Amino acid sequence: MSPANDFVSFGNVTKTFRAISGADYHAIKDFKLDVGQHEFFCLLGPTGCGKTTVLNILAGFEPPSAGSIVVNGQPVTGTGADRAVIFQSQDSLYPWLSAIENVEFGLRMAGMPKARRRARAAEYLKLVGLAGQEHKHPNELSGGMKQRIQIARVLANNPKILLMDEPFAALDAQTRALMQQQLRRIWLQEKLCVLFITHDIDEALTLGTRVGVMRAGPASALKGIVDVELGEERDRTQQDFVDHYRRVYEMIKEEVLRAHQ
Amino acid sequence: MIMSKKSRNEKIREYATYALGFAAMFATWHLLTKAFPSVLFPTPTAVIAKAIELAQTGALWENLGVSLGRIFSGFLVGVSIGIPVGLIMGNFHFMRRLLEPFTEFLRFIPSVAMITVAVIWFGIGEFSKVFLIAYTTVFIVIISTAAGVMSIHIDKIRAAQTLGASRAQIFLFVSLPAAMPGILTGLRVAMGNSFTTIVAAEMVAADTGLGTMLWHGRLFMLIDQIFVALLILGLVGFLADRVFRVAIRYFGGKYSAVI
Repeated sequence: MSPANDFVSFGNVTKTFRAISGADYHAIKDFKLDVGQHEFFCLLGPTGCGKTTVLNILAGFEPPSAGSIVVNGQPVTGTGADRAVIFQSQDSLYPWLSAIENVEFGLRMAGMPKARRRARAAEYLKLVGLAGQEHKHPNELSGGMKQRIQIARVLANNPKILLMDEPFAALDAQTRALMQQQLRRIWLQEKLCVLFITHDIDEALTLGTRVGVMRAGPASALKGIVDVELGEERDRTQQDFVDHYRRVYEMIKEEVLRAHQ
Repeated sequence: MIMSKKSRNEKIREYATYALGFAAMFATWHLLTKAFPSVLFPTPTAVIAKAIELAQTGALWENLGVSLGRIFSGFLVGVSIGIPVGLIMGNFHFMRRLLEPFTEFLRFIPSVAMITVAVIWFGIGEFSKVFLIAYTTVFIVIISTAAGVMSIHIDKIRAAQTLGASRAQIFLFVSLPAAMPGILTGLRVAMGNSFTTIVAAEMVAADTGLGTMLWHGRLFMLIDQIFVALLILGLVGFLADRVFRVAIRYFGGKYSAVI
């Protein structure tokens, strides 16, 4: 395996929470996964399977209870600007800052001079299709636009890894499809390492290079991985797309049933 | 910048409605004095005439100036202690647990009850009044500031962490602006309480001020003068509150989704 294939490496990661009753609850147990440097990995699973826990541990928000997590050869010990997060909720934006000020936040924290960071932020707002909206505040923008500000904000900060936790779940179906297309285009351009969490098979197959299916919780881990062998242009009405869909669906079906028992 | 930019016409209509409301209030007062004629219930015209007289002799300005000066200094002291303490309590669990006994105990002792102690400790001079206003301000500001900090959505902090902000930067550029609406609301409530406190304190222990004006009015049966003091208190309080409302609306529009 070339080094680029385990750019992100979870080695038997377990996360245990103490329930109110005092009993230990393993959200994930012996979770193993390697993700490549230029890979768009979609993590799929039923509700409560610990998808977000995986993301939180990689982001450095929570330490693992056991096991190791290595990024680019370095163990993860906390948050870092190399791992950007796009949150599901738009509460992560700063409503007191305009769109462009939100996008340049990371650069400002790093001490980049104003003229340079302004120019860079404008460039990324353009990339996500928000040229002309620079001076609006988040409250004045739609849900889809806010998520695009989030995307521009992390890309401007030049991360190595993009962590996305169901970023389009709160959007209406049309906007979501549009956002998926746009994200796909950006990824083809930037080729970042992406860990994308979703419960939507369709979304995973539209975006991912590989799709990992998680078992129902507790003590969840990966059940299996499907390589997405679809071209650059993906069409959900094509036969090969449908075949992929069926494979993933068969894999996830019983986990969803178990999660609802 | 702010979402609801009002047109000129809307603004004029807004002010006109306000003026109408005030006019209705004075009209009601006038009608009540006609319905219940009494020397103990002066008409608005008599009160306004008395107010003009007191303004001309300078007595009104002196008392108003003294009261406002006390409120302003005490408020300033209370706010400059309250905001930093509130920020610290909102940010650090340890400090919150350490300081909560003080704030949770002291805030239930009304400043009006503290007048006795203030007079015994500091006499009837300026210092006791400034102390009381600061006392009534500080706890409200601490609690609303801490609540403002604690209500910040965790994703705002986490986003800043992953964007490379240091702890100090998160405090300065995320926690502080995010707590702004809470802080301003606390200041507004505290300003209202300051008016209550200053009147009570001046009634008990002072030679000048609107409270003293009220008290002397009672002693010498100067009904008109009592009503002038009440009218001025209402008017000045209203104006002070407007200032805060405008500030909250300005910052609120910028700083938060809901005001």
